[in-house]
Amino acid sequence: MNFAVIMKRELHGYFATPIAYVFIAIFLMLSGVFTFYLGNFYERQQADLIPFFSFHPWLYLFLIPAISMRLWSEERKSGTLELLMTLPLSRLDIVVGKFLAAWVFAGIALALTFPIWITVNYLGDPDNGIIVASYLGSWMMAGGFLAIGSCMSAITKSQVIAFVLCGFVSLLFVMAGFPLVLDLVKGWLPLTLIDMVASLSFLTHFNAVSRGVFSLLDFLYFTSVIVVWLGATSIVLDLKKGG
Amino acid sequence: MIEVSHLTKYYGDVAALEDLTFKLVPGEILGFLGPNGAGKSTAMKMLTGFLRPSSGEVRIWGSNMWQDSLAAQRHIGYLPEGAPAYEEMTPLGFLQFIADARGLTGVERANRLEQTITVMSLQEVLGQRIETLSKGFKRRVGLAQAILHDPDVLILDEPTDGLDPNQKHQVRKMIKGLSADKIVIVSTHNLEEVTAVCNRAMVLAKGRVVSDGTPESLMAMSPYHGAVTLKSSSASLAEIAEVVGSITGVKEAVPIAGGITIFPENIDNTLFTKVLEVSLAKGWKVDSLYVESGRLDDVFRSLTEGESQ
Repeated sequence: MNFAVIMKRELHGYFATPIAYVFIAIFLMLSGVFTFYLGNFYERQQADLIPFFSFHPWLYLFLIPAISMRLWSEERKSGTLELLMTLPLSRLDIVVGKFLAAWVFAGIALALTFPIWITVNYLGDPDNGIIVASYLGSWMMAGGFLAIGSCMSAITKSQVIAFVLCGFVSLLFVMAGFPLVLDLVKGWLPLTLIDMVASLSFLTHFNAVSRGVFSLLDFLYFTSVIVVWLGATSIVLDLKKGG
Repeated sequence: MIEVSHLTKYYGDVAALEDLTFKLVPGEILGFLGPNGAGKSTAMKMLTGFLRPSSGEVRIWGSNMWQDSLAAQRHIGYLPEGAPAYEEMTPLGFLQFIADARGLTGVERANRLEQTITVMSLQEVLGQRIETLSKGFKRRVGLAQAILHDPDVLILDEPTDGLDPNQKHQVRKMIKGLSADKIVIVSTHNLEEVTAVCNRAMVLAKGRVVSDGTPESLMAMSPYHGAVTLKSSSASLAEIAEVVGSITGVKEAVPIAGGITIFPENIDNTLFTKVLEVSLAKGWKVDSLYVESGRLDDVFRSLTEGESQ
């Protein structure tokens, strides 16, 4: 249960600084702008939240690295990492605790978009089951982005580098099913591997979710993304111990 | 008990620390002395499990720092260089976090928090953010988190760096006050600190131990150790030099400002009496007369500079 100690401190850290408030304000504002202007929420005349959720991958692409960049870089730079890593806590507790705090924080920001749910229920008669599934899917996807960001932040003590790396790797994952990424591997990878790369796409999995088809497979996909990248975070931290 | 054997750390091809071996038992206060870059912090980072050594091992009460790090780390309280702390937290919140991370609960947790806050005199700043505190208070917050769980081993990397003389005095008093059944390792490039708090001093230079002994034995390495300095305003220095230079057992008499320093051939504690008798016999007006205990900065320089060339 030691990860809870870390998680509590981290979560408190978000709200003790302006980070939490700035992030939440920008997240809510942008998700509104995207939904109503780019997503034509009203013009579509449909009682669902597809225009709202379909922008989440792009929103997360540059907002999630802003949360995750500080996870390890900041501690390495300020020296508190030395304090943290010499406490009698296992590395897994620290990695998981930090991730969970960031994930819960992202969840809070996501939950605060509830007025749009109320709006769509006021205007029409949406399938709330789909909406709940979509919220859950969006949160799982945010976890995937955060886990990638955690690993990138463990690599460097520069938050800027962590931000850029996380944005870049996340973009590869978002676009894995699209020509942007597939063209890169087409020439030299066997077809089965290309299919595998394509199946890693956040967008493919999330689009299914936001249309209300939240299958066990998508759930497992995002879970394994989280597990793999947190594992990678732990390995990077271990390598850094070797100096 | 701490057993360190053949601890070595390479960064690429550069040796940051080579073949550090020592053993400490409760009651010992070891001072790591050395210029910047001598390997003091690297040694401490490996003793606490933050860095993995290239070779060698560290055992704390039998627990290997790399095979059983949590058991080893439970014995240790550590103040890293610069006393890092979560700046957005208050000292109280920070210490509560450390208490939880150290697994303290219930009455013990409350007692330890209260005692530590009292010992480090943190009451007045408990509710302020750490980032707003003065350097002295920040350092005390760092020390507080290190002693919070009443550790068997206290490892302090430059604990008094940047403190004013009063604060330095306080910190040293604190270290001496807790050391009876503890092991303490402090690093410093401050020489007076070693004589003030340590009962063992290890001088590091370029990643190697160049001297290991008591602070007194370190002082004894000074050419000034056992010399006698006489200051007089009545007699001429030339006369004094001539007279004391002819005392049996005197190797050399070197004039200094307002007096003369007399070096014996062998340190046998008789020089002071001889010089005193001569002064009285000659009727000199003696301003001061004292035995030099040794000058640590000379020893420090000769040990560490000789090594770096």
